[in-house]
Amino acid sequence: MTEASEPQWAIELEGVTKTFGHRRVLQGIDLKLGKGQFLTLFGPNGAGKTTLLKTVATLMRPTAGRVTIAGLDPAKQAARVRQSLGFIGHQSLIYEELTAYENLKFYGRMYRVRGLEERIEEVARKVGLERRLHDQVRTLSHGMQKRFSIARAIIHDPALLLLDEPESGLDQHASELLAEILGDPASGERTVLMTTHDLERGLRWGTQVAILAQGKIIYSGPRPEDTALFPRMYQQLTGAKS
Amino acid sequence: MREFFRQVLNILWKDLISEWHTKDFVTPVLVFALLVIIIFNFAFQPDGESIGLVAPGVLWVAFTFAGVLGLNRSFAREKERGCLDGLMLGPVSREAIYLGKVLGSFMFMFLVELISMPIFSIFLNLPLLMPRLVLVAFLATIGFVAVGTLFAAMAVHTRAREVMLPILFFPIVVPLLIAAVESTSLVMAGASWQSMASWLQMIIAFDIIFLVVSALSFEFVLEQ
Amino acid sequence: MKHQYLHWSTALVAVDFALIVFALYLVFMWVPSAQEEAGGIAQRIFYFHVPSAFAAFLSFFLVFLGSILYLWKRDWKWDRLAVSAAEIGVVFTSLVLITGPIWAKTAWLKDKTGIWWEWDPRLTTTLVMFFIYIAYLLIRNYAGERAQGARFAAVVGIVGFLDVPIVFMAIRWWRTLHPEPVLESGGLPPSMLFTLVTSFTAVLLFFILLTWARVGLRRAQEDVEELRERIGR
Repeated sequence: MTEASEPQWAIELEGVTKTFGHRRVLQGIDLKLGKGQFLTLFGPNGAGKTTLLKTVATLMRPTAGRVTIAGLDPAKQAARVRQSLGFIGHQSLIYEELTAYENLKFYGRMYRVRGLEERIEEVARKVGLERRLHDQVRTLSHGMQKRFSIARAIIHDPALLLLDEPESGLDQHASELLAEILGDPASGERTVLMTTHDLERGLRWGTQVAILAQGKIIYSGPRPEDTALFPRMYQQLTGAKS
Repeated sequence: MREFFRQVLNILWKDLISEWHTKDFVTPVLVFALLVIIIFNFAFQPDGESIGLVAPGVLWVAFTFAGVLGLNRSFAREKERGCLDGLMLGPVSREAIYLGKVLGSFMFMFLVELISMPIFSIFLNLPLLMPRLVLVAFLATIGFVAVGTLFAAMAVHTRAREVMLPILFFPIVVPLLIAAVESTSLVMAGASWQSMASWLQMIIAFDIIFLVVSALSFEFVLEQ
Repeated sequence: MKHQYLHWSTALVAVDFALIVFALYLVFMWVPSAQEEAGGIAQRIFYFHVPSAFAAFLSFFLVFLGSILYLWKRDWKWDRLAVSAAEIGVVFTSLVLITGPIWAKTAWLKDKTGIWWEWDPRLTTTLVMFFIYIAYLLIRNYAGERAQGARFAAVVGIVGFLDVPIVFMAIRWWRTLHPEPVLESGGLPPSMLFTLVTSFTAVLLFFILLTWARVGLRRAQEDVEELRERIGR
């Protein structure tokens, strides 16, 4: 209630541009995502999806333009913005030489999670790893590590969850788990931004869809009524085979 | 402020238990430092007379080279599964990340020095475990780690990172190395506190300047 | 605008060329040789050695300034200034490191069996500076992405500059424990002072023109790269 007015948007991008050297990876992205919405961002390889997600995650600083997260400027209120973010990327972000429990404890303390011990048990149960909690991460199977990286990202119950191509390396079991966590009514008004190649799953989960190609948003809107037509449109817009 | 130190200690705690599980800072660095000493012994064949002249230099060369190795390890660990991103994503100030890493590396490096000094003194037949020498090592290691942590974070993002760290690190720590070697020889020669004072002051000045500057510029190194 | 820049710089190059020729005349034909202890005829190297050292320090300062401004403003022009100054700094520190030992070989020891490298505080500090510049240029090329290279280099430029006075002090204290070489004493006679001032002006102007030209060249290079990138799309 300290805010003058309740911020309307969970994510707001205005003219966000990011260049690497002379290569313009993002070229003036405008994007708005309301609270509690689920946006699926489609796009071929090299479209700039990861860069866009990392920019929203405050990992990258835009070369030009403005990013606003829940009404806050990440450059000025970095800690508050980061407190509300969860990120699942290509890498697991977990320390292999530590046990699963130690990893969660470290990240939980970092995010000042209250009742941490209970919370660790809760998320471990959620991803089905409660029995392996005290094993070193490097001894866990690949699928388990992937599930565990989901647990890491939601330890502080973030209001905004960013997923970068979560389908890669995710087995059937983990995929169902993820769907369950994303659709968990207990998490309340969680906003999700997900990039993916997987048209079918992306359309099933997203309430909003957008297509990014060559650093520009070329399509955005609510999920189409008839999802069967979407793959054709995607193919025509991006020139890529789905 | 309390929150800042809580974050620093959390990162330190993480590094300590990780070291406890793997020992992959202390063990290789210690072995390396001891090897340097032995190689130097073959190269110089010091006798009773010259050993006092060479020993301080050998000691600090060993610590510096071994330290570079350890600092590289310390950041390679963060980079492995993108964990550095994990730290960056958290509500932690960049200065806290820096200080946490500095404290961890300092403890491991100082521990290596404390273990290796008595071993050196046996090999070189010199009394190296003197309280004043421990003080010199303590102060100089702060400076080494302060600069080394900044550059290790940089080097880990470059190609050829194993070579990049020493290339960045050695020229900058020249004054620290001179001061550490000179005060070590003064201690070994049994000189007074007074004669050491200016060297110790220089080490302390170096520590303070580069702790502050490195902490402030650390965010430019981590930024993407 | 462009035309005027060309015009002015050409005029300045001509002026500097004349100054350098004049300075060379003064150094080699006009000024008397120093006494034997200062190196005799070899002491004439001093008229280029000292201004070069000054230019080297000046470029180090420019690297420092450009680095701070780049990190603060994120404007590429400050990065261009810093890199250009660093490259030219390497050239001038090299000159100092080459001319220094030639002079030292004849000057610092009264007997003629002088040594090339005396660990003199100023010369040694220059040597350390040389390596810091090299690290500055290397980290840029090894950092991969351009903006990251510029940021890393800027941090090295700042840390390195702050390190220089400490390096100098450490080496000076360290050297006082060893026999100090006998060097120049007292003021310079007027003819020598005049020659020094002339060569100083010539070298400094040369330094400024060189930096200016390098910055311009780098900007042109970046423009070309950007155009190429656009066409490539």
